[in-house]
Amino acid sequence: MNLPSANSLIAQLAATIKPTLTSNTVLVGMHTGGVWAAEHLHPLLDGNMPHGSLDISFYRDDFERIGLHAQVKPTRLPFEVEGRDILLVDDVLYTGRSVRAAMNALFDYGRPAKIRLAVLIDRVGDRQLPIAADFVGAALHVPGHQHIHLVRDGDLQLDLKLVDIS
Amino acid sequence: MTINPQLNADGSLRHLLTIDGLPRAILTHILDTAEGFISVSEQEVKKVPLLRGKAIFNLFFEPSTRTRTTFEIAAKRLSADVINLNINASSQSKGETLLDTVDNLAAMQADMFVVRHAQSGAAHMIARHVAPHIHVVNAGDGRHAHPTQGLLDVFTIRKYKGEFHNLRVAIVGDVLHSRVARSQIHALTTLGVPEVRVIAPKTLLPVGVEQMGVHVYHDMLQGLKDVDVVIMLRLQNERMRGARLPSSQEYFKYYGLTQEKLALARPDAIVMHPGPMNRGVEIDSSVADGKQSVILPQVTYGIAVRMAVMSILAGN
Repeated sequence: MNLPSANSLIAQLAATIKPTLTSNTVLVGMHTGGVWAAEHLHPLLDGNMPHGSLDISFYRDDFERIGLHAQVKPTRLPFEVEGRDILLVDDVLYTGRSVRAAMNALFDYGRPAKIRLAVLIDRVGDRQLPIAADFVGAALHVPGHQHIHLVRDGDLQLDLKLVDIS
Repeated sequence: MTINPQLNADGSLRHLLTIDGLPRAILTHILDTAEGFISVSEQEVKKVPLLRGKAIFNLFFEPSTRTRTTFEIAAKRLSADVINLNINASSQSKGETLLDTVDNLAAMQADMFVVRHAQSGAAHMIARHVAPHIHVVNAGDGRHAHPTQGLLDVFTIRKYKGEFHNLRVAIVGDVLHSRVARSQIHALTTLGVPEVRVIAPKTLLPVGVEQMGVHVYHDMLQGLKDVDVVIMLRLQNERMRGARLPSSQEYFKYYGLTQEKLALARPDAIVMHPGPMNRGVEIDSSVADGKQSVILPQVTYGIAVRMAVMSILAGN
């Protein structure tokens, strides 16, 4: 399967999102791929927009089965969540469980006025929760035995990669 | 059968009983995880749902308001149900009754025991006894170990100093009776601190302490020279009346931390104390409240570290 270029998807997302921004909008990337994507989106949207990062490890629903994620990253939200228009960014929307966890986490910081979701890839066909993205770079069908990840080469270059599930 | 009773067959942490013998990777994993938990206390809702539905019993056979409270807060911030039991050890017939108590609580669907006991090895005994799904955290046993205190101390050092590999750390005071000091020494040496010093009169040092990999000083003026971290230990006033020390005044003169003595350390040295402090005995108030003191941040970080320990254990 040929994957689209991550950077072209980000540019395309930025063009779609930009007209919808308000002075109340803040950008929140979900660790880890979503943070990278948000970092690349940020200068293309509005370099002065408040932005932060969210780790959902403490809100996952699979803790009982697989324990705590090995690499918990600190959540950084250097702005009031209460009343804000949050643009949540992730690399891939798959089952919807990560987005559910992210929304629960955000509400523990305050009550946002609005949460919208932007993803580079909408992996269609395997959603487990009633969640959809507001902004989608590309919609793809990916075989069940594969995962799709955003990878970073150095500080700047992002690429999408298919990985076989062992 | 695993060699280390704290570890599962796959090397993951099942109980936290002592830092002695734990690999650096596990200590680092706990510290890294604790970093993530710091932001929880900054949330509007200071809770995460990780241990929702779990029952954690704080079994305190020895009084300790501070440690029990920080464990309780940590467990509650993980959304666990917390049950505090302050058990008077003198009413116990030791050993058998302790395990009877544990069996009864296990029958109440306990998932974790946090144990403070005056007898060294009490937490180990409980850990060997409980069913595989129950986890045990040692919250201080006799003179043996206080692993979460040791972890929160190294976490605090990492927050202020960044790295361990270039530090000189001095531990000052009653090392002989201190389970905290033992855990600190094991944590510091495991994490690669190249020079750990202990500074104490001979009467307050255990025999063979050098075998723990520390440098021994009896003179505080020499021992504090150029250190990056000064950890003061608590000295109980009642011990002063024993034969080990002549008086609290004399102890303060030689081993109390004053601004003048602290000036021998590096200018950016931090001052730590596990609390509660005896002001004017082991530390002067001007130091305890001074700008180099990180004693209160230690308490704050202690909650994040205990959240990390409990969530890692429960997830294994």
